[in-house]
Amino acid sequence: MDDALKKKLTVLADAAKYDASCASSGAPKRKAEAGGLGSTTGAGICHAYTPDGRCVSLLKILLTNYCLFDCAYCVNRRSSNVRRAKFSVDEVVTLTVEFYKRNYIEGLFLSSGIIRSPDHTMEQLIRVAKTLRQRHGFRGYIHLKTIPEASPWLIEQAGLYADRLSINLELPTEASLERLAPEKDGAAIQTAMGQMGERILQAKEEKRRFAPAGQSTQVIVGADASTDESLIRTSARLYDHYGLKRIYYSAFSPIPDAASILPSQSPPLQREHRLYQADWLMRYYEFSPDDVAGATESGMLALDVDPKLAWALRNRDRFPVDVNRADREMLLRVPGLGVRAVDKIVAARRHATLRLDDVARLTSGLKRARPFLIAADYAPTRLTDRLDLRARLAEPPRQLSLF
Amino acid sequence: MRAHTIRLQAGADLAGFRVAIRRLVPAGIPPEAVTWIDGEAASLFAEAELTEPGPALALPRAVAALIPSVVMHRDPERYALLHRLVWRVAGGERHLAEVASDPLVHRLYLMRKSVARDLHKMHAFLRFRRAGAGAGGRERFAAWFEPEHHILAEAAPFFSARFPSFDWSILTPDGSAHWDGRALTFGPPGRREDVPDADAFEAGWTDYYSSTFNPARTNLAAMRAEMPKKYWHNLPEAAAIPGLVREAGRRVGEMIARAPEAPMKRVPARALAAMAAQEPDSLEALNAIIRASEPLVPGATQAVLGEGPLGADIAFVGEQPGDQEDVHGRPFVGPAGQLLSRALREAGIDRERTYLTNAVKHFKFEVRGKRRIHQKPGAGEVAHYRWWLERELAFVAPRVVVALGATAMLALSGRQVPITRARGPASFGDKPYRGFVTVHPSYLLRLPDGAREDAYVGFVDDLRRAATLAAEARAA
Ligand code: SF4
Repeated sequence: MDDALKKKLTVLADAAKYDASCASSGAPKRKAEAGGLGSTTGAGICHAYTPDGRCVSLLKILLTNYCLFDCAYCVNRRSSNVRRAKFSVDEVVTLTVEFYKRNYIEGLFLSSGIIRSPDHTMEQLIRVAKTLRQRHGFRGYIHLKTIPEASPWLIEQAGLYADRLSINLELPTEASLERLAPEKDGAAIQTAMGQMGERILQAKEEKRRFAPAGQSTQVIVGADASTDESLIRTSARLYDHYGLKRIYYSAFSPIPDAASILPSQSPPLQREHRLYQADWLMRYYEFSPDDVAGATESGMLALDVDPKLAWALRNRDRFPVDVNRADREMLLRVPGLGVRAVDKIVAARRHATLRLDDVARLTSGLKRARPFLIAADYAPTRLTDRLDLRARLAEPPRQLSLF
Repeated sequence: MRAHTIRLQAGADLAGFRVAIRRLVPAGIPPEAVTWIDGEAASLFAEAELTEPGPALALPRAVAALIPSVVMHRDPERYALLHRLVWRVAGGERHLAEVASDPLVHRLYLMRKSVARDLHKMHAFLRFRRAGAGAGGRERFAAWFEPEHHILAEAAPFFSARFPSFDWSILTPDGSAHWDGRALTFGPPGRREDVPDADAFEAGWTDYYSSTFNPARTNLAAMRAEMPKKYWHNLPEAAAIPGLVREAGRRVGEMIARAPEAPMKRVPARALAAMAAQEPDSLEALNAIIRASEPLVPGATQAVLGEGPLGADIAFVGEQPGDQEDVHGRPFVGPAGQLLSRALREAGIDRERTYLTNAVKHFKFEVRGKRRIHQKPGAGEVAHYRWWLERELAFVAPRVVVALGATAMLALSGRQVPITRARGPASFGDKPYRGFVTVHPSYLLRLPDGAREDAYVGFVDDLRRAATLAAEARAA
């Protein structure tokens, strides 16, 4: 691999690392055809983890970090002094294929700064995906981050080659967008998302291959004053209206050469973590946005306890819950019990009566669950009423930062 | 009670275990009476006894499914534990596998989980290195991996499904797997030295790995939980970790400390101008885009563009090009187009002065024998082409747009409407032109002879009405 290419790779990987939306799950299972390359397993594979604990699943790069636009939160904005580079279509294809053959990656996550025009940029992204699919018979995962300012027919062409498409919202409100991303148009972004959602749905009905892993988006947390509640409600609306597969929250990281209207501080990682937990509760635990909102304090999720525990502490009258009798829905509300633990409890209690030891074998969260449940040989004594219950269950302030 | 010792093949000897358990359980030999040994030679059962399987045991599916996973585990106790499981199930605890809280079941599930995790990690953390040329000039790659459990045979098919186009070998301390483009074969253990010690893309990969790390988010515990240290020495990129961690604090400190610069002038003019400039400014420019775009449904030879003068009084919108149109690259030249021409003549409309186009720009077909049979475009396909159609009509700026058939109606109005009900003047929403709906000429071609004549007369009549509408619009 020659030096010039290596240098570009360093610059354009660095520029892409702030985008969180790069999982490789959701595509239907596929195998390579004879002479082709690549497969997908459905579940996604993380091929490495960096010291930030995040996985490397895809070759996540920008086609270029030159950009006409000037979004304040973005390291690639035109007024930033970062080093710039630009890949050719063939260079991205070569890197993807060669890295893939060595089993370093699951596929490609390609994004780009906007050069010449949004349409021109979008065309280049599509050409990369098309070349991989057609010239190399590549059946691995491809995620394209589309350019919402590009013409709709172009954005949609991407669905012919990509497994997943994302249209990043970046900021949850119009007002923030206006302040921090002057050229961006929140309504246009959502229109693009809506259209994409429709096309994906129709293609599924018509059994055509079109972005089979659906669409996702990213929202930056902590670059503006939005509350967790407004983020959660925005998310709920996006899941509902546009059939989004995932919403990624990305704690705003200090970026080299930051614009001065932005907070210069460590990224709010714990807040990001709580938002993911809340999102999870809505997608897998039958929590409504109102439930989650009800667990916040003036719109913000607690940092010392997870949102499910926060909800339970606020709704102590609904507990304790009997593991041998309660219905699944209520078991899912018990702090410390995950979906899998609940399913195992429901299966096991058909044939056995569960004692506390049995529950302990089914979950790693028994400490948190104890005050909220009843088992054959156990009932919490007034524990649910204790005033200091929260303090007893709160996590010690977790040093999610450096060492 | 007589003690039994059963010796199975080294590794994951599922077949051996199956033979043994089918004899032990029906014979009433309890787990306490058996010592299981995995390794080398033959069994202490007489050879004949062991190779002759007993009748299959009827096990619940969950139990049967658990056994092959647990057999791959490296724990020497695995066969004894499985024996206990089967023994209890055969003894009447049919639902045992569902009681995940049972200590035995719990332990077996943990073992299965550990095996599944190891498989997943092998799929993830195995790294190939280029190893010269394979047979017939094919590329050849090799990898060294040290799995925790006996998973090589289970893990290998993943790689042949993923990398069929080059030859590869995976070497492990317990055995090796080889792919030659056709078949997967297994062989004796390998040595790390048999895999090349470098690869041309490794340095680039490590650079990538380092660049994608965000020092402001350092979280070593999370990394170690997902990528345990035992795998590191075979991951080329892991060599970068100590340096990255050492530097992280300083890099973040510098980013935060660096005084933010004075805000730059943020004039959106350039970006906005670029967005405006990308809009096609003429029908030719739009057509160039359509011509260069990929068909939504693969197969079509070329995009078929609209034809006719700008400012035509009437624009006709059909469904999609057919076989003939696809070959010639022009709309309405096939049988339906010829019928349309005839009807236009009879209605007193000059075809040359109308604009003819289709809702969908590419031919969608199914091959049957030598024939390409037209297939109706789906609603999603129609919606996909709608942007083009709308822009196209905006450039042509007709006074009346005639939807020929239901698909055109759908494209123009966004609604699915039965043509029989919609036939006649119509509104396609807030548009600068008037709308009119009639049947598609190909519909006439499909009617039986008797009915066709009547329908044709009605069609010509519709065209006349559309022409009248256009004349009115011109006068207005
Ligand atoms: S358009 Fe995208 S790449 Fe350009 S500055 Fe905005 S966020 Fe960054």
